[in-house]
Amino acid sequence: MNWITNYVRPRINSMLGRPNRDVPENLWIKCPETGEMVFHKDLEENKWVIPASGYHMKMPAKARLKDLFDGGHIESLQQPKVAQDPLKFRDSKRYADRLKDSRVKTEQEDTILAGIGQVQGLKLVAVVHEFNFIGGSLGMAAGEAIVRACERAVSEKCPLVIFPASGGARMQEGILSLMQLPRTTVAVNMLKEAGLPYVVVLTNPTTGGVTASYAMLGDVHIAEPGAEIGFAGKRVIEQTLREKLPEGFQTSEYLLEHGMVDMVVKRHDIPSTLAKILKMLTKQPVQQAVAVPVAVSA
Amino acid sequence: MQTYLDFEKPISDLEGKIHELKKLASEDESIDTSEEIGRLESRVREATREIYAKLGAWEKTQVARHPQRPHFVDYAAKLFTDFTPLAGDRNFGEDAAIQSGLARFNGMPVAVIGQEKGHDTKTRLKHNFGSPRPEGYRKAIRVMEMADRFGLPVITLVDTAGAYPGVGAEERGQAEAIARSTEMCLAVKVPMISIVIGEGGSGGAIAIATGNRVYMLEHAIYSVISPEGAASILWRDSTRAREAATNMKITAEDLKGLGIIDEIIPEPLGGAHREPDTVIAATGKVIASALQDMSNLSGEELRAARRQKFLDIGRNL
Repeated sequence: MNWITNYVRPRINSMLGRPNRDVPENLWIKCPETGEMVFHKDLEENKWVIPASGYHMKMPAKARLKDLFDGGHIESLQQPKVAQDPLKFRDSKRYADRLKDSRVKTEQEDTILAGIGQVQGLKLVAVVHEFNFIGGSLGMAAGEAIVRACERAVSEKCPLVIFPASGGARMQEGILSLMQLPRTTVAVNMLKEAGLPYVVVLTNPTTGGVTASYAMLGDVHIAEPGAEIGFAGKRVIEQTLREKLPEGFQTSEYLLEHGMVDMVVKRHDIPSTLAKILKMLTKQPVQQAVAVPVAVSA
Repeated sequence: MQTYLDFEKPISDLEGKIHELKKLASEDESIDTSEEIGRLESRVREATREIYAKLGAWEKTQVARHPQRPHFVDYAAKLFTDFTPLAGDRNFGEDAAIQSGLARFNGMPVAVIGQEKGHDTKTRLKHNFGSPRPEGYRKAIRVMEMADRFGLPVITLVDTAGAYPGVGAEERGQAEAIARSTEMCLAVKVPMISIVIGEGGSGGAIAIATGNRVYMLEHAIYSVISPEGAASILWRDSTRAREAATNMKITAEDLKGLGIIDEIIPEPLGGAHREPDTVIAATGKVIASALQDMSNLSGEELRAARRQKFLDIGRNL
């Protein structure tokens, strides 16, 4: 399945000259900050960062993993099987249909994509949220994927890096989504007890239950510029306080100022920053002598 | 003065009549109302039984939030002796939305932590309506850490609409404080018992609710988001809270069915607020038997079992 979705399908798509699913149908993308129009190919080449303004657009999970790992070589971790829609939930739409639509749209089983590979010669497990899958929300599937990814990192004795992009808990799974807070907390504690570094790269947006669990428990917190990061929604806070929020409230830079993240790092510099930090935490020499390739898909 | 919920109208009508009859009797001793009052009282019991037998999730939400429902302070006063509140996070401030302290339960020293909502305007303001700020969670962490070091069981009483959504709370790391508090709950090597006594509101609740045993009162609710919040996000219509409450499965019975809680603590007829002492005593019994159950487990075993309990949630659905 993974081999097909990760390798064969993109191959066929590229042979047929079909654009990747990650590329919006709209070929020109507008910078949310300056309004500048950018051609999608240019944006993709620049890792979804608007070249002129430096605005960090949301990056597709697949592209994120490919960009992170040396030569784009990834061994994908399987999405573990979990109960589907145990509450038989329905709001304006059936949750079962939301899942179906999101699977078609993203070609993913759920929001999490995880893989193992090397970043500048250092082996690590990376876990990425796909925001387009029901707002990157944390449900049973994501929780279980994070638990398994942590277990894999422990068995491989390698660090784990997570890139959240999530509105928070998946309300359609009710209390079961809330239970992912302690479950993922147990998972990241497995890393800590095994003496393995755990780094969080906060991307836009990281809010709600995700911040109230694994996203705020890293040994090191890196944030992408301008990302929205916070627990309570801005609207809720505004309604509670009945006043305007401070300038730049709940952005990466604001959190840096308030001591909640260690650094704000541009997307292009994230792989090298991760490698630098993790090599120090794992006491590796400055230059990795031999890069032993891990199993590479296909 | 009894506060009645909307769906309790038949009860309030009958009790209103009883009140009038009693008043009448006290004004004119020649009128004998005892027979009529007795008849009405039995009708009250009947109506209460009927109404409370079929409470939906939305009605239970009202009961869980009932202003006269027993809160942390009531439990602290009746369940324990030598309750000694501890204050402050040693970092920024004291948050009265979370109460914590040392106490004796049947003579045994324990640590107690819980949210307190307050019972009148003054105390509600003091306790911030039971919505903690980061300092509250950091105080909870401090008390749990101490309990762990001294080998005292931790008992948590959960009752919050949610963590406080404010600028200061965000700036001081509300999310981080909740995450660390959950982490500490899962780390302690002592028996930990959590009871949702009213509202279990999302992250603000789970931060102190991951015990070896988790219980809910019969009419308590426990949810990822308030029914009103879910309605406004999912339906974009906050008036559909009833539907949201029902669909999200937030009642004790629902959570027992999903394997999230261990047991339901029954409430007296008409809800905990009608007989606080009865429900507090029932809660005490459950705590005593849970502590007894865990008395032979080592610290390591307690912690491992707690972690496994949460990892297992949802795996067999």
